[in-house]
Amino acid sequence: MTTPPTNRQRFLDQPIDFAPLPAQAFPVWHAELAAGDDAALLDFCRAARTAGRWLVTLWTSVDGGSHRPAAAPLLPDPADAANTATPQSAALHVALDLAEGLVWLMLPLPALSGATFPDLAPIFPSAARLQRAAFDLTGVGPASGDSRPWLRHANWPADWFPLAPDTLAAPAPRFATHTEDYAFVRVEGEGVHEIPVGPIHAGVIEPGHFRFSVVGELVLRLEERLGWKHRGIAQRFARLSLAGTGATAAAKLAGRIAGDSTVAWAWAFCQAAEAIAAQVAPGGFAVPPRALLLRALLLERERVAAHLADLGALGNDAAFGFGLMEFLRLRENWLRTQADIFGHRLLMDGVVPGGVARDLTADDAARLRAECATLAGELLKLHAIYDDHAGLQDRLLTTGRVTPALAAQLGLIGLPGRASLQARDLRCRGDHAPWPALAPQMVVHPNGDVAARVLQRFAEIDESLRLIGRILDQLASTEGDCRALWPEHLPTAASGFGWVEGWRGDVFVALATGADGHIRRCHTHDPSWHNWPVLEHAVIGNIVADFPLINKSFNLSYAGVDS
Amino acid sequence: MTIYAFATQLLTQLLELVIALALAPLLSGWVAVCRARLQKRCPPPPLLPYHTLLKLFRKDVLLAHNASSLFRVAPYIIFSCMALASAIVPTLSTELLFAPAADAIALVGLFALARVFIALAGMDVGTAFGSLGARREMLIGFLAEPALLMVFFTASIISGSTSLATIVGTLAHHEFVIYPSLAFAGVAFTMVSLAENGRVPVDNPSTHLELTMIHEAMILEYSGRHLALIEWAASLKLFAYSCLGIALFFPFGVAESTGPGALAVAGVFLVGKLAFGGFVLALIETLNAKMRVFRTPEFLGTAFLLAVLAILVHLLLEGGR
Repeated sequence: MTTPPTNRQRFLDQPIDFAPLPAQAFPVWHAELAAGDDAALLDFCRAARTAGRWLVTLWTSVDGGSHRPAAAPLLPDPADAANTATPQSAALHVALDLAEGLVWLMLPLPALSGATFPDLAPIFPSAARLQRAAFDLTGVGPASGDSRPWLRHANWPADWFPLAPDTLAAPAPRFATHTEDYAFVRVEGEGVHEIPVGPIHAGVIEPGHFRFSVVGELVLRLEERLGWKHRGIAQRFARLSLAGTGATAAAKLAGRIAGDSTVAWAWAFCQAAEAIAAQVAPGGFAVPPRALLLRALLLERERVAAHLADLGALGNDAAFGFGLMEFLRLRENWLRTQADIFGHRLLMDGVVPGGVARDLTADDAARLRAECATLAGELLKLHAIYDDHAGLQDRLLTTGRVTPALAAQLGLIGLPGRASLQARDLRCRGDHAPWPALAPQMVVHPNGDVAARVLQRFAEIDESLRLIGRILDQLASTEGDCRALWPEHLPTAASGFGWVEGWRGDVFVALATGADGHIRRCHTHDPSWHNWPVLEHAVIGNIVADFPLINKSFNLSYAGVDS
Repeated sequence: MTIYAFATQLLTQLLELVIALALAPLLSGWVAVCRARLQKRCPPPPLLPYHTLLKLFRKDVLLAHNASSLFRVAPYIIFSCMALASAIVPTLSTELLFAPAADAIALVGLFALARVFIALAGMDVGTAFGSLGARREMLIGFLAEPALLMVFFTASIISGSTSLATIVGTLAHHEFVIYPSLAFAGVAFTMVSLAENGRVPVDNPSTHLELTMIHEAMILEYSGRHLALIEWAASLKLFAYSCLGIALFFPFGVAESTGPGALAVAGVFLVGKLAFGGFVLALIETLNAKMRVFRTPEFLGTAFLLAVLAILVHLLLEGGR
């Protein structure tokens, strides 16, 4: 065995040598395992789990075949395609969250047809659905475990894979819609019956199917079925390029994965794209510090807007309409300011590759500061009303409880995680610019019920308002451009990562490019992937009528997960 | 009874029915306006319920494939029950044709009949929500009905009759007598009314969350004129309950003749009292959050206890007069 080079590092006492990935926005460590070395992967994952670290995401990639470069015509000549076909290769990618940074493990898989990878769900429960989705998209699935489709809804054939090279080479086909026969887990017993809810609901809300097994009002089991908002975003990315104005178009698409987290998504995507751009001329391309501060400002404003909407909606779900109207009013004022100053109510397309779309004038900064002070005052009053309302508190307290132990076991992350004592926040790690200079404070709550998630939101708004103040302070003393010029040439076959703490939790983007900066694979991961399965556990033992309140207190993303 | 008396009583009776049918949607609209104002929202037009009814009557009925004839008949039965109930409550005058038949117990029976049919219709199509709503409705019903009966009994003991006309007539003449028992009964009646009409804190009439619905869950499958009849019936129920509350606890101003002048005065009183009652309802709905489904038995149990207390207070303090 050879001694590893000096810049290589081992983690968790596992015999895998990781190399740091250059030019990333935060530390990323990469290791490519030997093909078929399932044991090394499983051992590493187990060690990470034992050390209390968590899976960020996993995805599969299939390359080669007749994958069309971005510049090629839409309709390749079949004979031509056959001539240029290269052997296909597949790989499993696992991203883990270690104290030292992000760890990216790659396991090459032997052959494409029928390729499988080891099942990680026994180690990380939330991996189960990621694996099912990976199979639906690429045809490479787990060797064991749950094999039901997740994203595929009988609207495309079981042997057609959206991200397979052959699919990407051909024009998009149309398939007849079929009725799906999906095997929900049945609960047997005296008096047990099922309540199917959705995907079309009585109100105008996002589509998701919930299958309750109940006895009377008591929920015994809940099973979710998502995927109705699958828009083929990963497939769309594979037809885009980072070259020239393509990067802006791709960032625009990333900002539409989930509209309520558009800043987080756009920022994460831009981090990944900028990491790739920086690899062509190290040190030659960097996002200006002022742009980073402005991005942080946008992200915190997005967080405040989302929390305001949730606090109102939580009141409304308990039929406390007064709360809804008050919080909607506050949010509306907040959004109008954003439309005035940043050009979009929800801040879409504010974050662009290389920086931000608009700079902030001193007058606008003063206006934002004043708005924060007004909001803080109003929130104080509303917080007191929510706290003192006996009827509302009766609905919130002890409802939908996720104990810290359960949260740790199932890997609850983001805002609901912090409300169950899971102290994870990317902003509070020392290695994600520009946060260390802003010194964000993490808020956690031990109770893990709906009331705790309400308090968590109040506390996080307070912290965001404080952060906005600090950002504005620093902006005043940070001169410079707010956008770097996008490079003309991009490296061939590079990887970039984006990882941003959105208001739901950490949003993750893994980007791989081929020749001329065309996107080979863009994997986007919403924090809700980890939290949806925990919601199923949070409802157990509650009554059916409390589900909407519990669901709203998590407020997980449909669009981000289905994408 | 002379022919003249018969004719005027019949006319008054018909007038009451027409007023109930015409004013009930307005009351619902008024409550919505008050609610919106109290929440600092832009209020919907008060006449919106009429437009909704008109819209629904014009629409086609869409029936589930497995809907039985019960499903189709239920809206008419429910509507008839509620129309009859609002007609026999002496709101304008106690001199009504149906007064001898307008018994408090018969009234509770009418409400129960409508409840049974709406619950059966909810279960008829076999959707999960219909059954869920029906189950919750029956839970509320079997707790609310005894409490409502006890409220009526308090008033009956005071007036020595279960006939609504007699009760109202007796109470209306006792302006200067204070009945502590009626205060208890009044609170109990308010609680029962909130539960029976599907208002906050028991049910939320404006919710879109199907899992929390009670009344709305049972009628999710209805459309067109069926839905219009059920919506109208719900307005009539609210109207009937409001009139009952007025008749039992604020009967002043009710005409005891059938003269046009007396009726006009009574009508003005009625509209004023209804407007005030609607505002109070909106206030209650704004100040409260909806309680957990399993808190409803406690809530209605309290209402029942208060109604029993009312009878005890009457027997102890008011000497059973």
